[in-house]
Amino acid sequence: MGKITSLSDLKRIREEVQSQIKIRENSDHPEQMVQIKVGMATCGIASGARETMNYFIEETEHQAIDAIVTQTGCMGYCYAEPTVEVILPGKEPVVFGYVNKKKAEEIIEKYIVQGELIDGIIPLSFKTIDD
Amino acid sequence: MKTIADHILDICQNSIRAESTLIEVMIEENKYSDIYKITVSDNGKGMDVQTLKKAEDPFFTSRKTRKVGMGLALLKQNAEASNGKIKIESQPGKGTLVKATFGRSHFDRPPAGELADTFILLMIGNENLMLKFSYKTDQGTFEISSSEIRDTLGGNVVFNRNIRQGISELIENNLNKIEAEK
Repeated sequence: MGKITSLSDLKRIREEVQSQIKIRENSDHPEQMVQIKVGMATCGIASGARETMNYFIEETEHQAIDAIVTQTGCMGYCYAEPTVEVILPGKEPVVFGYVNKKKAEEIIEKYIVQGELIDGIIPLSFKTIDD
Repeated sequence: MKTIADHILDICQNSIRAESTLIEVMIEENKYSDIYKITVSDNGKGMDVQTLKKAEDPFFTSRKTRKVGMGLALLKQNAEASNGKIKIESQPGKGTLVKATFGRSHFDRPPAGELADTFILLMIGNENLMLKFSYKTDQGTFEISSSEIRDTLGGNVVFNRNIRQGISELIENNLNKIEAEK
């Protein structure tokens, strides 16, 4: 495969991976998908939220988990960054703190796939962080 | 914030929180004047004069979840450490422009970092955001936008690993071509 330097090269890649691309049927109904929101304010970025978000994107795709990974602001738990809010379909949101790669792996394996609660949840009377 | 890319990601998050639908990120470097300049402009809700005055103050934030707002203060610190400065212009209802200059070859200028990754993360996290990125050096200019990519690929397929890798290579190869600073 040649060097990718233009949009037409990108198009070529898209054609090559055509069969792997599954159209996201549920993306108009995010409530039916696993929603993963990574805290990406100053505190999050400084603590490595970039790596955490990339890990969730890679792993949910790799394991074919129907998930949307997005960014959110600061939830006020700067001491526990990177923080990640996970909403399983039909469940209450749960916020995890200190989510490095290892913790992210555990969250995917135990909480998202098996539905088991694990350590590291930040307890809160939950308010959505649209602020 | 260790890199320019981190700062850009951070400033763009401010824009997103200000309900922007368009963000333009520009990096310009000049060998002769030895300046490295980043500009982030958005069409968000902007700030009034009072808020603007306090924007660089680390003990000011519009958030309710915490009492400090370090983003612009850290950018200012890093810019000034390398003989640069920041300038913020804003108009309520129109948008905000953040400009930061650094000494290009200054020891304390943060390295560029993962610019391509910043672009891709912002694209993935904000499906409806129009994100424009340009990088200008003495060797040329590279420009790319999220809508261009979406049009080329036909919808939102950024979720595919090979495509993300492709976008990343596209950006990196072009930045290398114009000899962008690392």
